[in-house]
Amino acid sequence: MSAPPLLQVEDLRLSFGGVTAVDGLSFTVDEGDILSVIGPNGAGKTSAFNCITGFYKPTGGKVSLDGEDITRLRPSAVAAKGVSRTFQNLRLFGELTVLDNVRAGMHLRIKQNAIDALLHTPRFRKSERIATEEAHKWLDFVGLRGDRAAEARNLPYGEQRRVEIARALARGPRLLLLDEPAAGLNHGEKNELLDLLGRIRELGIALVLIEHDMGLVMQVSRRIVVLNFGKEIADGTPEQVRNDPAVVEAYLGTEDETPAGPAHAEEEIS
Amino acid sequence: MASKLSSLMENRYLGWIGLAIALLAPFVSATNYSLSVMTSALLFVMLAVGLNIVVGYCGLLDLGYAAFFAIGAYTSGVLATRYDWSLLATIPVVILAAVIAGVVIGGPTLRLRSDYLAIVTLGFGEIIRITANNLEITGGPSGIFGIPGISIGGLDLSSPVAFYYTCVVAVALAVLGAARLGRSRLGRAWRFVREDEDAAEAMGIHTYKVKLAAYIAGAIWGGLAGILFGAQLTAISPQSFTFLWSALILMAVVLGGMGSTPGVVIGAIFVSVLPELLRGAADYRYFIFGVLLIVVMIFRPQGVWPTHAVERSARKRRTDDDSTVEVNQ
Repeated sequence: MSAPPLLQVEDLRLSFGGVTAVDGLSFTVDEGDILSVIGPNGAGKTSAFNCITGFYKPTGGKVSLDGEDITRLRPSAVAAKGVSRTFQNLRLFGELTVLDNVRAGMHLRIKQNAIDALLHTPRFRKSERIATEEAHKWLDFVGLRGDRAAEARNLPYGEQRRVEIARALARGPRLLLLDEPAAGLNHGEKNELLDLLGRIRELGIALVLIEHDMGLVMQVSRRIVVLNFGKEIADGTPEQVRNDPAVVEAYLGTEDETPAGPAHAEEEIS
Repeated sequence: MASKLSSLMENRYLGWIGLAIALLAPFVSATNYSLSVMTSALLFVMLAVGLNIVVGYCGLLDLGYAAFFAIGAYTSGVLATRYDWSLLATIPVVILAAVIAGVVIGGPTLRLRSDYLAIVTLGFGEIIRITANNLEITGGPSGIFGIPGISIGGLDLSSPVAFYYTCVVAVALAVLGAARLGRSRLGRAWRFVREDEDAAEAMGIHTYKVKLAAYIAGAIWGGLAGILFGAQLTAISPQSFTFLWSALILMAVVLGGMGSTPGVVIGAIFVSVLPELLRGAADYRYFIFGVLLIVVMIFRPQGVWPTHAVERSARKRRTDDDSTVEVNQ
């Protein structure tokens, strides 16, 4: 038997009262994979992310990492196992400096205790220095141009996105979940994001994206999972998904109220 | 002018300046009255710095902080008067009692969101006071008398001047300790929790443990201040630990600037000394005090000396020419 996949989601279900947000979602992510989850607004993509990372307790199904069940763990425990994430609407620590934001990702790896901090022992100084150096490294990696000593909320939007990715990378993940990383970015920034995603993959980190920008999704993904009304309607390579009539129909049926012909749909997706 | 002021506010020798002022103050006026006012101000600073860990760093609203103060004062007072311990020897027991109290109150309540937490802590403050009022060992409503002064070895530090300087040393260490904790890994985690609990969790920070740590740290600071309080007054009673105390300490924190050490120190001095300075106004002094507080909060809602993010290491940083540093996993 081969080794279990890095991430395995099996028959994941989540309902709030009578509303079913995720309805039997299953997919796997292998080491170093890039997978995108797409679907119209309200399809349950972010809910699925929240279930995987422990923020929601799924009503059914199982999430495992390397064959280990992580379904009931709290978010910090999931993060400690090597699953890192960003949020759909930026969740930076706005009043803290950019560097402090990235240091948050290193929390579990900074070796010091309260006594070290009170006495400023050599161990304290060393761990602080390492944390700062590593924070700078990750900010270099994501190509941050802005002031690193500034409060994070004062950076331009695109820069804040980079800081959030740097923070997630600083956690040292094996799997990185990005919730709409291209939202609100201009064309140039999107190209830089594309480049960044490639470099993240080169580090051996598997990526799962939720993304609406189809150009980006088609270009970067190895596999695409399509959701609609919490149900998985397709899972395949960009090529397969692009040509899947069910996807084209479902995708446009809810996103666009006006009836759209197949020709328009083709244009939208490619 | 404004930049001059802000550079003064970032001065790294600020702590030494504050210590020098505290050390020199008795040379300006050393009457028993002024020493007592200044000693009370120091205790207030210690309490405010402790509460600042909970409210300022971690963003948890605590309306019953005087409870920890009471636990420290009673623990050391009972041990000193009934079992003849020296006050210094009670320190470890007070710390232990504060930790236990912090866990007992914080344990179940820190899972609550902030508004509920405020109500529960308010109730807890009252429970401690009423318990002290009804227990025999705490002397009931009349409290404990004859708490000895502090002495180290054979050296008696109970004269007003000696006690004042003892407090200067103790409070300086407390302020330094709180500030250092605030700039450590744990202190950052407190701020992450304050800013965004979910994002902190996503970074692997166990937010519940981090909040409990803030609560326990605050309890220890409050408990230790309680020892000094008992030594200063030589007598304590349940009336010493009313809700007004909790409110005044919280006021010092908010007024000075939540999360800012210099701000909180100034806020504490302001809140404790101002009513004394207004004694000339007789019956109107608390009225004037109240009006002044309202005015400050209207014109400076962030506090007189607000905190703002500072990056100590950033100044030393190389210029950004090598923006493609290789990152090794």
